[in-house]
Amino acid sequence: MTAGAATRNGRALALKDVPSLEPSHFRGWLVNALRDKGKRLVSYFGSAADPASGKAAEGISLVAVLADDANGRLSVARTDCDGTTFASLVPETAQAHLFEREIAEQYGVRFEGHPWLKPVRYHHSYRPAHDAWGRPADAAIPPGVTDFFRVEGDEVHEVAVGPVHAGVIEPGHFRFQCHGEQVFHLEIALGYQHRGVERAVVAGPTKRTLPYMETVAGDTTIGHALAYAQAVEALAGMQVSARAHAIRGIALELERLANHVGDLGALAGDVAYLPTAAYCGRLRGDFLNMTAEICGSRFGRGLVRPGGIGFDLLPAQVEILRSRVAVARREVTQAVELLWETPSVRERFDRTGTVTPVDAEAVGLVGPAARACGIQRDVRHDFPSGIYRFVHLPVMTAHHGDVNSRAYVRWLEIRQSISFILDQLDGLPPGGPVAAPGVMKPDSLVVSLTEGWRGEICHVATTDAAGRFSRYKITDPSFHNWIGLALALRGGQISDFPLCNKSFNLSYCGHDL
Amino acid sequence: MLKALLARAHQGHRTMAYPAGEPPALPERFRGAPALDPSRCPDGCRSCADVCPTDAIAPDGPLALDLGRCLFCTACVEACPEGAIAFTNDYRLATRRREDLVARGQEQALADALERRLRRLFGRSLKLRVVSAGDCNACSADVNVLGTIGWDLGRFGINYVASPRHADGLLITGPVTENMRLALQKTYDAVASPKIVIAVGACAISGGPYVGHPEQHGGASSVVPVDLFIPGCPPHPLTILDGLLRLLGRIEDGSRAGARTA
Repeated sequence: MTAGAATRNGRALALKDVPSLEPSHFRGWLVNALRDKGKRLVSYFGSAADPASGKAAEGISLVAVLADDANGRLSVARTDCDGTTFASLVPETAQAHLFEREIAEQYGVRFEGHPWLKPVRYHHSYRPAHDAWGRPADAAIPPGVTDFFRVEGDEVHEVAVGPVHAGVIEPGHFRFQCHGEQVFHLEIALGYQHRGVERAVVAGPTKRTLPYMETVAGDTTIGHALAYAQAVEALAGMQVSARAHAIRGIALELERLANHVGDLGALAGDVAYLPTAAYCGRLRGDFLNMTAEICGSRFGRGLVRPGGIGFDLLPAQVEILRSRVAVARREVTQAVELLWETPSVRERFDRTGTVTPVDAEAVGLVGPAARACGIQRDVRHDFPSGIYRFVHLPVMTAHHGDVNSRAYVRWLEIRQSISFILDQLDGLPPGGPVAAPGVMKPDSLVVSLTEGWRGEICHVATTDAAGRFSRYKITDPSFHNWIGLALALRGGQISDFPLCNKSFNLSYCGHDL
Repeated sequence: MLKALLARAHQGHRTMAYPAGEPPALPERFRGAPALDPSRCPDGCRSCADVCPTDAIAPDGPLALDLGRCLFCTACVEACPEGAIAFTNDYRLATRRREDLVARGQEQALADALERRLRRLFGRSLKLRVVSAGDCNACSADVNVLGTIGWDLGRFGINYVASPRHADGLLITGPVTENMRLALQKTYDAVASPKIVIAVGACAISGGPYVGHPEQHGGASSVVPVDLFIPGCPPHPLTILDGLLRLLGRIEDGSRAGARTA
């Protein structure tokens, strides 16, 4: 890891201190770290502007951020690329597979040796006249029209689903290669939700930047807004009060609770166990309403802002939250424990949709999906920021990598988050809601990580000579984890797809940006 | 089994009494309909319009706030030196016409019912196909929540169905991304006529935070005719339910006083 500059979560680094490596050295550094040293690729992206000068360059820069989870270390390095081709890392490490496809689509770089270099979101290149697939600039790029992986053979058939699905759910296209009920392979084509978030943030922040962050993935409003706020605070040298940190932590855990509880209910619904489905469906709303008690919005809109929080907690609200969390704890415990005691539920959860720990490491899964494979990986523990520097949360894991493990990890985290919130409410420190605004440093880079309910959220911002964003890279945990869902289906039954899908419950819009 | 029965007894009956009884309590900080007082605006002051992330406030002329664009973010409230803008706890926001979403500090029309023929068809059974066309999953989530036991949308004869072929209309969220435009059009075409369209959330009405992006089309009405607009980012489930019930003629209290009384 010595080739990269060491950095910490939420620390601004001068761009001149980010080593610029020769392409072969850069690639060697990544291969060595990812394949041989067990490090993890947190972010890997292109940037049209030369980060050193801030000016538009002939080629592009490639920037990579690596994590050493066990030792809580981050390192970052970059290289110059001529903007046409680069040697793929994928033959050496699968973790880079989607990052390279993304860079190819955004900047027109062909990754040589990538086994299946396809579009990710189906949009035109950010660099006019540089298209990795040689498509003319005025050609329409229809979503989901690509070279799908196909299995050939007697009685092998293909099942196509989406983009519009049967439930109330975001759009995506799924292709199953099947033999009877057995799934050989599932390929997932996304991009239907692409709204152009990253492109629009460049040259900001503007008055619209925070709403963008809050709607990257609306069910993770707090997680993404917090990652953004941390990035701005690091660049602008703002000191957030202890009180604001605590309330942000409460909001992040309420978001986790609402989604975990809702998903356990939905998993119960998917195996036709209606008691837990009904109770958890309602209880999810109770947690959303607690967030609304703090800030007026069930999804936490306006709660997190750079420098602190938009809404402070009054003593009366603390009391309301405390009593509501205590009631919810009893009711959630009762509703969820029914799952583990019901044989028909266990029969469907156990050994369904298994991802092995080896595969999970190889593709770089994050969040509960990784922890369900026994992997110790949690930003709150490994790269703590804000309140998590003062409250140490053990990493919750399970060990079978199946639907049951993913559900059980969620349950362990529900219990942990409830205890965390009650502890915080008992001892909210004093402090102002928002720090005085600062001026963002020019020519800097910051890596900001938070543990959203789906897993690691990574925002990497670079600034130009005027202190405006020259690049803003957002990596939702879903970006790492969609391939995990595909792996979970291998060898399984097509009828298990809804159950597997819900056990991951990944974000389409967070992936599509 | 015994535990399941005990849990059932403990969890109890949770479906709300609304609309026969009181609506569920909303938090004090909930932001519903705005109350505007243009008489307080100093000459030439545009502090609110300058900070509005989606330009929901007209840059000139008397104070007017387009709820079809509004994210209910309070930037304007904080920026106003005179307290001319406040958000009330009034959750009733849905309208039938796009122009009725513009608040001017006067009485505002709320959605009225479908015309007689459609009301006879859909009044007691309305099946909706939900299409997310670039939404952030917040609108989707609070549309979905109406199906849970607390709200129990089914008691009004309203259900979300799995196919446009089963549906009487579409409920659309999201700004209609370029990549969803064709799928939305095809879904609409697959619904048998007569059919209705409901746009839920700032994105589906105007593009929301994404208004102006070339990757999207500025809302559902860019592709299909819209019969009901339900603003918010996202709208509260109560706002959505209120809109649906007004459309079906189950709530009829017409309009809301828009002037600030406090």
